[in-house]
Amino acid sequence: MAYNDKVLDHYENPRNVGSMDKNESDVGTGMVGAPACGDVMRLQIKVNDEGVIDDAKFKTYGCGSAIASSSLVTEWIKGKTVDEALSIKNKEIADELALPPVKIHCSVLAEDAIKAAVDDYRKKQD
Amino acid sequence: MIYLDHNATSPMRPEAAEACRHVLDGIHGNPSSVHGPGRSARAVLDSVRREIAGYVGLHDSQVIFTSGGTESNATALNGILSRYDSGTLLVSQIEHPSVLEMAHLHSKQGVVVETIPVDGSGVIQPEKVEEMLQQANAPRAVSVMHANNETGVLQPIAAITGVCRKMGVPLHVDAVQSLGKLDPERERDAFAADLVSISAHKIGGPKGVGALLVDKALSLEPLIAGGGQERNRRSGTENLIGVAGFGAALRQSAVTGDQERLQMQNQRDWLQSELESALPDLLVFGSDVERLPNTLALALPGILGETLVMRMDLEGFAVGSGSACSSGKQKGSHVLQAMGVAAEISSGLLRISVGWNTTRQEVEQFRDRFIRIVTEIRAMSPIF
Repeated sequence: MAYNDKVLDHYENPRNVGSMDKNESDVGTGMVGAPACGDVMRLQIKVNDEGVIDDAKFKTYGCGSAIASSSLVTEWIKGKTVDEALSIKNKEIADELALPPVKIHCSVLAEDAIKAAVDDYRKKQD
Repeated sequence: MIYLDHNATSPMRPEAAEACRHVLDGIHGNPSSVHGPGRSARAVLDSVRREIAGYVGLHDSQVIFTSGGTESNATALNGILSRYDSGTLLVSQIEHPSVLEMAHLHSKQGVVVETIPVDGSGVIQPEKVEEMLQQANAPRAVSVMHANNETGVLQPIAAITGVCRKMGVPLHVDAVQSLGKLDPERERDAFAADLVSISAHKIGGPKGVGALLVDKALSLEPLIAGGGQERNRRSGTENLIGVAGFGAALRQSAVTGDQERLQMQNQRDWLQSELESALPDLLVFGSDVERLPNTLALALPGILGETLVMRMDLEGFAVGSGSACSSGKQKGSHVLQAMGVAAEISSGLLRISVGWNTTRQEVEQFRDRFIRIVTEIRAMSPIF
């Protein structure tokens, strides 16, 4: 099976790898998956006063598709409002990267990571 | 591409390719035909059968050609178990799937399958086998591999053979990984078992051919019935091209084996010590016990084996990992798990296996690239 070009591109040149201070009030952190299952994603978002995601960072332990899925969503959510970010569905991620059926869970995890990061951010605003 | 996955398959030795070509070009008869072309084909078959028998120290009639390791394992287990719908089969936890899945099939026919544990280093204790045989209800057979394909760890086959003899239970040994990779004395340990599986492509022969060595006294139900070839133990026209290549690969391996083993061991040991000093948290499996000279099984906390395999592939290096991740339920290596290694570590298994044509320069290139890639992947990991 050949590697998909878009997966390869994100895998070899991942966008927005890194961390932000998770204690900052404008930073939301989502950590999903479990090492024993083979994938862990940490997605962080920095949200400005208008509710727009100014910056996004990720770190992922997992296969190439998991890394590509997380890299892709950091690109997609930057500049979006948190509500817009929440509307991203795993199917869009899977379609964009042409993930095979055995790798669909990677896109599900990426969607979950967005939700978890937004959730964390919103809790801090309460 | 630098190829360091010889436990998966070893590139064909030129001598084996030449022997295959010779049959492909000029020997077209069916070895079972009585006419001239048939007799020419039979001559090739008989001569390789004699060579293999000589190599393993058995009689010609004990060598049954098959399509490879999986079929040899299936022929052995089915050969004994197909006549039973009760009793017990003992297999080790770290067997190849071709043994474990075949055992599972027979469990559906009523044979109870019990798994022999391994210790933390991946070694079966012969005393444990004896204890399990004493307690088992009507033990039918024991199946244990000589060398593990993932870690290279050797099993105490001579002692296990002794236990099985004493208890009067037939022993099957999967010797696919040890063939040609051990000094002759150690290698021969496996050949004393009642049934022994070997395969051509792990020693630089062609894929799709192997043999089952069968004790003369053992009655074996055929897995494939038909024209009665291979003394009625495996019907079907023999893969003559493959058989010729198998013979040539074994012949060459016997000639250059001593020097190759030394070379493989030097390369493996050098690589292990280089990686251990560059990556202090590197985990190496099986290095505290006897193992194949060519195999280096390792894991790095925080890195998935599959990720390393893919990344090294893109960099031009072919290496292996335990098992591929599928549908989010990564199980990791069953071999490492049997050794008590945690799931998040066992899913990090990377297997580097050198072979007859590996050069020191290739191993050095691997080291440099591997260390760089590990650093890059780790920078991306949330759990490191």
